[in-house]
Amino acid sequence: MAWNKVAVIGAGLLKFGELFDKSYEQMAAEAFQAAIGSVDKGFDPAMVEAAFVSTQRGTLWGQEGIAGNTVPSAIGLAGIACTRIENACPSGSDAFRVGAMAVASGVHDVVLVIGVEKMRDKSSDEGLLARAASGHPVYTRGESAPVLFAPFATRHMHEFGTTREMLASVAVKNHYNGARDPYAHFRNEITIEDVLSAPPVCHPLGLLDCCPQTDGAAAALLAPADRAVEFTDRPVYIAGFGVATDHPYLHEKASFVGLPATTAASQRAYEMAGIGPGDIDMAEVHDCFTITEILDIEDLGFCEKGKGGVMSIEGDTALSGRLPVNTSGGLLAKGHPIGATGIAQLTECWWQLREDAGERQVRLEQGFALQHNVGGRGSGVSVVNILTRNER
Amino acid sequence: MTTEQATETAQRPHPALWGVLYRSSTPFWEAVRRHELSLQRCAECGRWLFPPRPMCPDCRCAESEWVPVSGRGTVHSWVTYDESPHPAFAAPYSVLLVELEEGARLVSNPVDIAPDELEIGMPVRVVFRDEGDDFTVFLFERATPDAQEEPASAQ
Ligand SMILES: [Zn+2]
Repeated sequence: MAWNKVAVIGAGLLKFGELFDKSYEQMAAEAFQAAIGSVDKGFDPAMVEAAFVSTQRGTLWGQEGIAGNTVPSAIGLAGIACTRIENACPSGSDAFRVGAMAVASGVHDVVLVIGVEKMRDKSSDEGLLARAASGHPVYTRGESAPVLFAPFATRHMHEFGTTREMLASVAVKNHYNGARDPYAHFRNEITIEDVLSAPPVCHPLGLLDCCPQTDGAAAALLAPADRAVEFTDRPVYIAGFGVATDHPYLHEKASFVGLPATTAASQRAYEMAGIGPGDIDMAEVHDCFTITEILDIEDLGFCEKGKGGVMSIEGDTALSGRLPVNTSGGLLAKGHPIGATGIAQLTECWWQLREDAGERQVRLEQGFALQHNVGGRGSGVSVVNILTRNER
Repeated sequence: MTTEQATETAQRPHPALWGVLYRSSTPFWEAVRRHELSLQRCAECGRWLFPPRPMCPDCRCAESEWVPVSGRGTVHSWVTYDESPHPAFAAPYSVLLVELEEGARLVSNPVDIAPDELEIGMPVRVVFRDEGDDFTVFLFERATPDAQEEPASAQ
């Protein structure tokens, strides 16, 4: 594949949480400042030629639907080329992928990708009401997010003997990591018993099997690999990426023990990077629910189909495990401000590959980190990005 | 919860959430109105097209036919809502993913099956319930494994 290699020269986010005192534009500005501040040799914002802004629920809150022209103005970049990207839960990771393509194609040199999402300014009731009455007039009325994943949990338990304790071990691990991440929404450790005794939400998932609603923003700066040295002596490169779609409605999912979009997106990314799942040193994956992380680690090829629950409860995905997963705390503890989520995950990968992750630092062997989101109606779309510290 | 309570909370959708006759799905809902289950099938490769649509996603054929199906099947997976997403739905209630004998899958609520009685593989069959003068919903009730009766109507 003929494409110019791309470097990630900066990345950053603001602490996730219920940010009632910060506007959408304020969050965007703080994420942008965090990314600028992370560039080792300094960065002049006037160098940004183009930006891709990801916000998923744009039309619910105000002017965010046209963020492609409001955000540049709010963060001092009026005049640049800018486009809003929406692609369900992978919106942030897809904005990153599109930004990477803009640099890889040679059309732009320095590109900003920025994800911003306000999840908490409206009450849960309003949000849920709005969702229950939105979507397809027949097939999705009254649907909530847990109901898209709970049937997978039930079926995975039925076919492979996955237990509630195995599901709970994902939440316990991610809260342990989140307690060590200063940017996480929840920074408390929990136990298996806490997860099992939490209020039920949607059988078999309880409250602590579900990610919270979180406000947040994250940003990354991309440049051609051959210009990276202008900005840093410790660059991280984009090794590959992939996006894939699947049938959106539950009626026609081929299986309820895996998400084909994740498998296809990761195969495209592995092929582009010229590596396999065994080369990944750490991964940030889409754990909107505990069952989702178990599906992810199977679908991404980190273990055999059906073994994700065992891999989790045996500690293979812990910070000290064979393949650390969601070292940032994941969506379950760090939070899931949808448009920002993917870029925040990529920021964690960037820190890990630069060995800047402090007490969350994992041991690097092959020098590759993988970031993954899956979402949309019936998990109908997935994006995978692979970063590396190896010279490209 | 008892079966009786489960029946009481069986869903009677808020009018705002009723299925809407919606272009390509109109023949499906018209059949349900007649207390029949009929699904769209690709005329070329025979793939079931549910939800209905203009083209087959497998072979891209634009021709299709509407075929009556038995309404008998098994529970492929299910969920029980412990929290209600909308005032029209009183939790707890369950939603079934039913795999019909013919292979197509449908989603709807159970009738007379309490959440703690549900299990994967449970045989079910379709029932119909009229909602007012102009709309009918389809639901699933427990069936015996070899039940051959015609689909019934719920009161
Ligand atoms: Zn066909």
